[in-house]
Amino acid sequence: MIYAAVLAGGKGTRMGNTDVPKQFLELDGKPIIIHTIEKMLMCDRFEKVIIGINPDWKSYCEDLIEKNIGNDDRIIVCAGGNDRNGTLCNIVDVIKEINGLNDDDIIVTHDAVRPFVTKRIIEDNIEVALKFGACDTVIPATDTIVSSDDGATISDVPERSRLYQGQTPQSFNIKLLMDSFNALTDEEKATLTDACKILVLKKHPVHLVNGEVLNFKITTISDYQLAKAMLVIK
Amino acid sequence: MISYIYQLIKPKVISVKYTNINLNTDKVIVRPEYMSICHADQRYYFGLRDAAILRKKLPMALIHECMGRVVYCPNNKFKVGEKVVLIPNAPGKEISGEYENYRLDSVFSSSGADGFMREFVDLPAERLVSCEGIKPQVAAMSEFVTIPFHAANRFERAVQTDVKSIGIWGDGGLGYLTALVLKNKFPNAKISVIGMDETKLSMFSFVNETHLADKLPTNFKVDHAFECCGGGGSYYAIKQIIDTINPQGTLMLMGVTEEEVPIATRMVLERGLTLVGCSRSGRLDFENTMDFLRDKKVQNRIERIISETVEINCIDDIYRSFDRDLTNPFKTILKWNI
Repeated sequence: MIYAAVLAGGKGTRMGNTDVPKQFLELDGKPIIIHTIEKMLMCDRFEKVIIGINPDWKSYCEDLIEKNIGNDDRIIVCAGGNDRNGTLCNIVDVIKEINGLNDDDIIVTHDAVRPFVTKRIIEDNIEVALKFGACDTVIPATDTIVSSDDGATISDVPERSRLYQGQTPQSFNIKLLMDSFNALTDEEKATLTDACKILVLKKHPVHLVNGEVLNFKITTISDYQLAKAMLVIK
Repeated sequence: MISYIYQLIKPKVISVKYTNINLNTDKVIVRPEYMSICHADQRYYFGLRDAAILRKKLPMALIHECMGRVVYCPNNKFKVGEKVVLIPNAPGKEISGEYENYRLDSVFSSSGADGFMREFVDLPAERLVSCEGIKPQVAAMSEFVTIPFHAANRFERAVQTDVKSIGIWGDGGLGYLTALVLKNKFPNAKISVIGMDETKLSMFSFVNETHLADKLPTNFKVDHAFECCGGGGSYYAIKQIIDTINPQGTLMLMGVTEEEVPIATRMVLERGLTLVGCSRSGRLDFENTMDFLRDKKVQNRIERIISETVEINCIDDIYRSFDRDLTNPFKTILKWNI
């Protein structure tokens, strides 16, 4: 079976003074997370669309879904974890509980605050994850990326043609992902910033799926203003 | 949900517009899968329409020949996953006896509103027709097939004399489909196709005879005629039809031309001819067309006028498909992946 996981565990601390997590901010009349859930629902290959939400906001999220989408038995809202991978683990636990885990089950994980994801990106993720077990959505880096060890001077200027910016979805064979995660040491787990790194650390190839420049993450006020402006143009 | 619309903003330039589709309405949401390019799309794309028209209509998404799959249906009129053809006409207020496609307040996708080059299309259920059992590439051309169906329907109402012979002027896709529909509707009539290209005429294997327009036999006569040329060919076709049609014949005008065409009205009057203009189609034509297309033999014949299927994975592929369509003898199909 194929599952969608919408990751919405964050509290939106980077969005300035607002008390509302950024995934609940309105974009053209409805919350950002609703746009994202609706896009996932357009893929009938998803058995369930599971939303991992900060526990404090779970009932609020359920109210929004009820109000904007209505009853859809494919949608499940569950409590997120302490971090991104904690939320992912909770979502996998929900899958185990409702359907058990099969060897070929796939999960397509996506940030709630990337509502501009396309059907094409989602379908490509499913196909590549089914074929290779793991994939990441990326776009080629257009700016030169520099690295700095001390935050003051450049340590290295990696060759740009080898660099990509990671987006989501990131998609995995669920058993492969969880087996790899459970095999990591605590030190390795502490270095994780996203789920793909779990497989990279275990030397399992993670294939690339072409993203879209505008599949951006609404993280800052400027991102939010840009997203609103994109929907104003008629 | 945010959905992408691929709009022509000026000739040969396509840009994305983002739109919000709500799920809590009674509209059905369809994911387009296959489309086909019409001459009308070409005229917009290459800027061949009058400049004032282009200024008024653009930006606008092109394409009105399209099939897709239902991805969301709030009223259960369609199953999720069901293959459907999209009807591009949004009918205006009904007036008795008027076809929906001729109402002045009707809106046509890719003419007065965005066409189907979109990530998702939301339409009322009555603007969709199931095309299960029909090959998707063929179903993509359904709207094109409805045009001769509509014309045949109007012909049956207008005709005043026997239908022993019909001449079809035009050896392109419209001529081909018109011949196919008429052969089916009037199996006992002698169907002749008149064109300019010997190779294209050779594709009309199911009609009684084909002729090159400049080698028409001197005694050639038809009871009725369908003009399917359009463009610069309209004038010559109409002139030749008026010269060869029997008295009180019906001339169906179907080809689109941007130019005004002189017509020998003296001969129209003398022979008591009926000229009927036909454009677009309505829901009933789509329903009849679906029944027609479910015949495997018909599908097979229509597949023969697919010149090329182009995979669309990015905007550059759209540009490539329109360029390819210019040189393709018949229809260019788009496999819509974006």
